[in-house]
Amino acid sequence: MPSEPPAPAPLLSARGLHKSFGDNHVLRGVDLDIAPGTVHALIGPSGSGKTTVLRSLNGLESPDAGSLRIADLELDFARPLGRRERAALHRASAMVFQQHHLFPHLTVLGNVTVGPIRVQGRPKAEATADALALLERVGLREKADAYPSSLSGGQQQRVGIVRALALQPSMLLFDEPTSSLDPELVGEVLAVMTELAGEGWTMAVVTHELRFAREVADEVSFFDEGVVVERGAPERVFGDPRHERTKRFLRRLQGPFA
Amino acid sequence: MDWQLVLDSIGPVALGGLTGTIPLTLASFSLGLVIAIGMALARISGIAWLSGLARAYISIIRGTPMLVQLFVIFYGMPQIGITLDPWPSAIIALSLNVGGYAAEIIRAAILSIPRGQWEAAAMIGMSRGQALGRIVLPQAARVSVPPLSNTFISLVKDTSLASVILVTELLRVAQRIAAPSGEFLTIYLVAAAVYWVICLVLAAGQDRLERKLDRYAV
Ligand SMILES: Nc1ncnc2c1ncn2[C@@H]1O[C@H](COP(=O)(O)OP(=O)(O)OP(=O)(O)O)[C@@H](O)[C@H]1O
Ligand SMILES: [Mg+2]
Repeated sequence: MPSEPPAPAPLLSARGLHKSFGDNHVLRGVDLDIAPGTVHALIGPSGSGKTTVLRSLNGLESPDAGSLRIADLELDFARPLGRRERAALHRASAMVFQQHHLFPHLTVLGNVTVGPIRVQGRPKAEATADALALLERVGLREKADAYPSSLSGGQQQRVGIVRALALQPSMLLFDEPTSSLDPELVGEVLAVMTELAGEGWTMAVVTHELRFAREVADEVSFFDEGVVVERGAPERVFGDPRHERTKRFLRRLQGPFA
Repeated sequence: MDWQLVLDSIGPVALGGLTGTIPLTLASFSLGLVIAIGMALARISGIAWLSGLARAYISIIRGTPMLVQLFVIFYGMPQIGITLDPWPSAIIALSLNVGGYAAEIIRAAILSIPRGQWEAAAMIGMSRGQALGRIVLPQAARVSVPPLSNTFISLVKDTSLASVILVTELLRVAQRIAAPSGEFLTIYLVAAAVYWVICLVLAAGQDRLERKLDRYAV
């Protein structure tokens, strides 16, 4: 993936996303712009709507209102998405889940190739070769025939990343990809993500890893109670937060240990 | 015990198992599984009338004796112009029965697959049908192997009910040998032993299948 020169038009642009679960108004007008080839970190307290936004960017959640553009796909959430629109959205972005959600009955290779072969209709030989090359890059080539249950948490999450990459999406979505890992396994996953960022992948990352956000992200959005309270370059948001709620959140997160 | 009689009868009785009980079990189980998958999907379809229909079917099958179901089909249906031979009658009754019991097993198995599996399938672009066929059902199948094996073994024994509508299976063969000889105890013990051996073999098979499927246990 060659890194593209900074383009004026964002690759992803969401406007006015609203979502309620019953009486719970979870998203209250979220705007989000992500330039191609950049990493956008979504941070904020628990329940602020980060996961809901990310899932909306993959069609796993349907906002009640708002609009979304990814690459050349344009969607208006005012009416329910059609089957084709949803399929196009699944195609445009690919998600790495917090709990990886690998398919336990398929081998590592099967997990990675089932989408390209069965959904996208790519030739099996080609999809397999691509999958093996991707596994090689994350150091899991020799695990191709293993089942997910025999892998460590960090390996499972790296397979989750390869599964997303193999779909050849326009951008990658990560929902706290390291927060269910043992601390000693976090590094190997963040290393892969850092490498992908370096290759020019466009990424939206919900994370509590402030160090990762600071070092890898190009931009940070701070969420609170369903809105983006503050956004900017990580040095700015972390170094000089303008909003009281951002300050409070960072103080709490960095706390006495920072 | 008349050991000569045991030796003489064990061959025909076992043959009755081979040509009656086992084909009847296999046919009814396969058909029953198809019915069960359909009913399980109807139950979780979210379509009110469809799941209501499936629920009623399951309730009736599980709430009435199989012998009565068999009688309704074999003796009752001819009155409305549907006359079936013993074999088809038995296969229909037994598979409807398996359908009712296995539907609940399969439904529970499908519901036991975590939501994240459906979501990951959607994320890679699968339709609901594809997600069901390629991701959820294979995992549900693994979960339902133990309870379905039990259903299968029960079915082997339930096929003996077909003897009352004159299907030539294991028990019917035993009856035909026992009646003229008057040696009921010996012959029926032979029949019981043959059933037992069949079930032992099946239980061993179940064990192996489960261990094989365990390689990807979560
Ligand atoms: N499917 C759902 N049904 C009902 N409520 C939901 C659902 N998904 C999310 N919510 C609610 O929406 C709110 C926002 O949830 P969300 O998961 O987006 O927060 P988050 O910022 O990702 O939090 P965390 O940091 O804990 O992951 C929460 O109050 C949550 O309970
Ligand atoms: Mg979340």
